[in-house]
Amino acid sequence: MNGEMSVIVRTITRFVYGLIVVFGFYVIMHGHLTPGGGFQGGAVVATAFALLIVAFGAAGLKGKLNDHLLQSLEEVGALAFLVLGFIGIGTAFFYNIIANSGAVFGSPTPIGPNPGFLNTGGTLPWMNWAVGLKVMTGLASVVLVMLVGAREEEET
Amino acid sequence: MKKAVVFSAFLFVAAFLILAGAQMRPFGAPTSPLMDDYFINHAQAEVSANNVVTSIVFDYRGFDTLGEATVLFSAVVGVLALFRKLREDER
Repeated sequence: MNGEMSVIVRTITRFVYGLIVVFGFYVIMHGHLTPGGGFQGGAVVATAFALLIVAFGAAGLKGKLNDHLLQSLEEVGALAFLVLGFIGIGTAFFYNIIANSGAVFGSPTPIGPNPGFLNTGGTLPWMNWAVGLKVMTGLASVVLVMLVGAREEEET
Repeated sequence: MKKAVVFSAFLFVAAFLILAGAQMRPFGAPTSPLMDDYFINHAQAEVSANNVVTSIVFDYRGFDTLGEATVLFSAVVGVLALFRKLREDER
């Protein structure tokens, strides 16, 4: 058994896992248009990882979820967030230098009610992706390491 | 003596709460309408984002979000440091 749950839970997990990941990435990607953002979307994706870990057990995922890779990705997200804060340092820390500049995510938003355009927001979408990467990998590595630690505590 | 201290503390806290309740603004009224109006009117032009909350979190108040990210980072590092000892004991 080594910690995995019943066949019902594993089958449902196989169906739902992809949907949760897609929804989480949708929340991150549209963070500057709809409610949500990097933290919330990252937490949603992390719940998908937690569901995988709970359903298949830490031993069943030993080769697939690498916690060293997760921790490295978390640091990459944190550093990207810092760098994005520093690129506007010419005016002020966290100044939104990409907004209305015409670069990627830099086209201006029409004033007033509008349906929302993905290619707007300046540094906001970049920061959403950085924070989302950080939160999803950070929470996933916490859940993975805690579950593995609890299992090993149980066995000894 | 103990009873007198408890009673005076109770009186102090009760008076504080009653005074604070009497001076409270009407229910639902914003704390600082000037700030709110500035964000609502300028977020689309300055940050070019429809979501005013995200524009505050990541642009106007970006430094607070940096602190929030640091809190999460230190929490993750703490958990990893705590459980790494468990794993090294087994080897």
